[in-house]
Amino acid sequence: MRALKLLAGCVALALAFPAASQAEELTIYSGRGEALIGPIIKQFEADTGIKANVRYAGTSELATLLQEEGDQSPADVFWAQDGGALGAISELFADLPAEMNEGIAEAFRNVNNKWVPTSGRSRVLVYSKERVKEDDLPASINDLTDEKYRGKVAWAPTNGSFQAFVTAYRVAHGDEATKAWLEGMIANDTKVYKNNGSQIEGIANGEIDFGLVNNYYLGRYLVTDKDYPVAMTHFASGDVGNLLNVAGAGIVSASDNQETARKFLDYLLSPAAQQYITLQGNEYPVIPGLIVNTTLESFATIQDISPRIDIDQISDLEGTLALLREVGLL
Amino acid sequence: MLLPFVYLLARALEGDSASLSEIVFRERNFLLLRNTLALTAGVLIMTTLIALPLAWLVVRSDLRFKKFHSIMGVLPLAVPGYVMAYALIGMSGYYGFATHFFGIRLPRPEGWSGSVLALSLYTFPYLFLNLRASLLGLDPSLEESARSLGRTPWQTFFAVVVPHLVPALLSGWLVIGLYVLGDFGVIALMRYEVFSYAIYTQYSGAFDRVYAAWLSLMLMAVTLSFIMIEARLRGRRYVRTGKGTARPAAPVSLGRARPLVWLFLTCVYVASIGLPLMVLSYWIWRAGPLVDPREVLTAFYRTTLVAVPAAVAAIVLAVPVVYLTVRYPSRASSALDRLVYLGYAVPPLAFALSMAFFALRAAPWLYQTATLLIFAYVMTFLALAVGPVRSRLLQIGPRYEEVSRSLGHGHFASFMLTTLPLLRTSMLSGSLLVFIMIVKELPITFLLAPIGYSTLATTVFSRTSEGMMAEAAPHALMIVLFSSLFVGLILRHEGNK
Repeated sequence: MRALKLLAGCVALALAFPAASQAEELTIYSGRGEALIGPIIKQFEADTGIKANVRYAGTSELATLLQEEGDQSPADVFWAQDGGALGAISELFADLPAEMNEGIAEAFRNVNNKWVPTSGRSRVLVYSKERVKEDDLPASINDLTDEKYRGKVAWAPTNGSFQAFVTAYRVAHGDEATKAWLEGMIANDTKVYKNNGSQIEGIANGEIDFGLVNNYYLGRYLVTDKDYPVAMTHFASGDVGNLLNVAGAGIVSASDNQETARKFLDYLLSPAAQQYITLQGNEYPVIPGLIVNTTLESFATIQDISPRIDIDQISDLEGTLALLREVGLL
Repeated sequence: MLLPFVYLLARALEGDSASLSEIVFRERNFLLLRNTLALTAGVLIMTTLIALPLAWLVVRSDLRFKKFHSIMGVLPLAVPGYVMAYALIGMSGYYGFATHFFGIRLPRPEGWSGSVLALSLYTFPYLFLNLRASLLGLDPSLEESARSLGRTPWQTFFAVVVPHLVPALLSGWLVIGLYVLGDFGVIALMRYEVFSYAIYTQYSGAFDRVYAAWLSLMLMAVTLSFIMIEARLRGRRYVRTGKGTARPAAPVSLGRARPLVWLFLTCVYVASIGLPLMVLSYWIWRAGPLVDPREVLTAFYRTTLVAVPAAVAAIVLAVPVVYLTVRYPSRASSALDRLVYLGYAVPPLAFALSMAFFALRAAPWLYQTATLLIFAYVMTFLALAVGPVRSRLLQIGPRYEEVSRSLGHGHFASFMLTTLPLLRTSMLSGSLLVFIMIVKELPITFLLAPIGYSTLATTVFSRTSEGMMAEAAPHALMIVLFSSLFVGLILRHEGNK
């Protein structure tokens, strides 16, 4: 086979792929990067003897591709970077057995059993250690429209996690209040950044003092540099600014390999895989009883301070985008 | 070529008209349009200011180490856009070189000027390659005539040389302009909002193919107008009319300007190649070497396995397209020419989706195979191969073939015997452009490649997507080195003309 490939070049290579071996195989579309989850996949293969073929790409690109493929999709599992993508294409997922959700901490569960969370993250406020005093930290995300914060705060309106937060704001306070908050933030000269990481770097660079990001980014800077001049905090208990969100995976209903796909989801929810995700990815495990990464707040705290909003409720991205367009952020 | 267009239309027509007019005729779209045009204009001016002197110096002056300068003029192409943007931003800021080594904090490059600078620094090679191929083929007897008629060297340059470079300038500008229209990586980091921004947000935020299709079509309308303008401005005679073989031009002595020239070259090289390499090395130094050599080798091998056939196929297709449009100008042949650019103008993500759409319906067994991937590459990047070949063919003229035919050879044999050998340099330039683009291309690769098939670009992406910039650095460096290797190899074998 190998010699053939070399001889006939790429055409032969193309033909060789569908004709792969008969061993148990699994096709995964992963919006999570190989750098983080590659080791989990390898371990899964070693433990189960199942061969996992993974397509790594952007979560949104893969979600769009899955819609395009419809019932011809070669994918068995879709592993997404954020809950919004899972919600957006949940009609393409097969129903999961209810017992799959049982071991999962309640805050993270998908009530419709269309997908399982694989890790949790919360929205946090990052700030400059050099320029911000403890007393100046806002109690609520609504305080950021205050004159005191003019021109000092950053956000990333094109970022999926930020948009999920805006949707949650709409669920919690209604569209009118959300619009008022967004306009207040714009009037207060809030700076637009590309994503979470660039806000943190912007704070270190002295461009801004505060940023609205997910909890796991700062840890990546602190790992290489303990003195990195950025810290993170959360808002007062129950504030929508502390929103909990998830990364998760579902089984594509077009798959004729549901059995094997379920083994993979079970594996992701196993203590070993969950422990790896929290230690390597700075995210929260979705099953209780594990050691949470030391850069994170405790599991109990996070459940205590997070707003009572069901992740499934924050699926109306269309409405959020319309609102963001209306106020001129997109 | 028409497939993505059909696909976008099909998706676009699924939308309901009320919310549609809201999306299409928003005031913000006009702002985006204005920004897009301002950005494109800035980049075109900047790239010309870099590429034109560089090409002239490399071809016409008595500058030494010309091969080296040719390579340095092409290498920046290999730099991924986000690396270039980071390189500029990385000069300032907390971890910036300026802070780290000199203790000063520079203002952060951003907005229009930051985007223009970053985009220009790695797109100018398109123009450089086109201009260089064109200058190499220009008969110096024209300039000698102008000089003998009393024109100064400067007057000669602007009255004789520049007009003959118009086709090369236009095709270079077109490729750069279209690239700028579609770029997302740089403008996002530089925080400058243009059209591609809106498209990306639609796909990524809403998982929505309908409105994104509309926005893509709007972008394509802008693109088409660029293509039309370019075609309008073309269309003069550039054929060499002198008899016999053109002598190589006598090199112009730089004289006292030599230090200035070296200063210019140094600035260009430091900014376009030095900075990105410094930033990458710095990241690697901070994170420590985390590269698995086997992984890099596999990615290297796999990248070659798709990029080389695609680059070869692109040039093989480009030659007949150019030949038809130049030698047999007609409505049909110019439509064919426009179509080539249409493929390049479709936003890559939309292109990949349209390929999935058609492959799944027409040839499911081809879906996500290397064959389809190579096909998609060729359709997208064919325009890059066309530019240099056209500029050169316009200079060659039909006379050699006519002579060959009068000696009893057929049409095809005459072309193979006379014109093809003369096109060689430009064909190399064209395939090089395609090759380098493919090596760093992302959306098409990760959606359409055979499953588990990781190229150099996807290995970079799987790190940056988790925010691990430092871990991605060794792989990004591999892209630059890998492309450099090919640039060097090809220019070495180009032969001195």
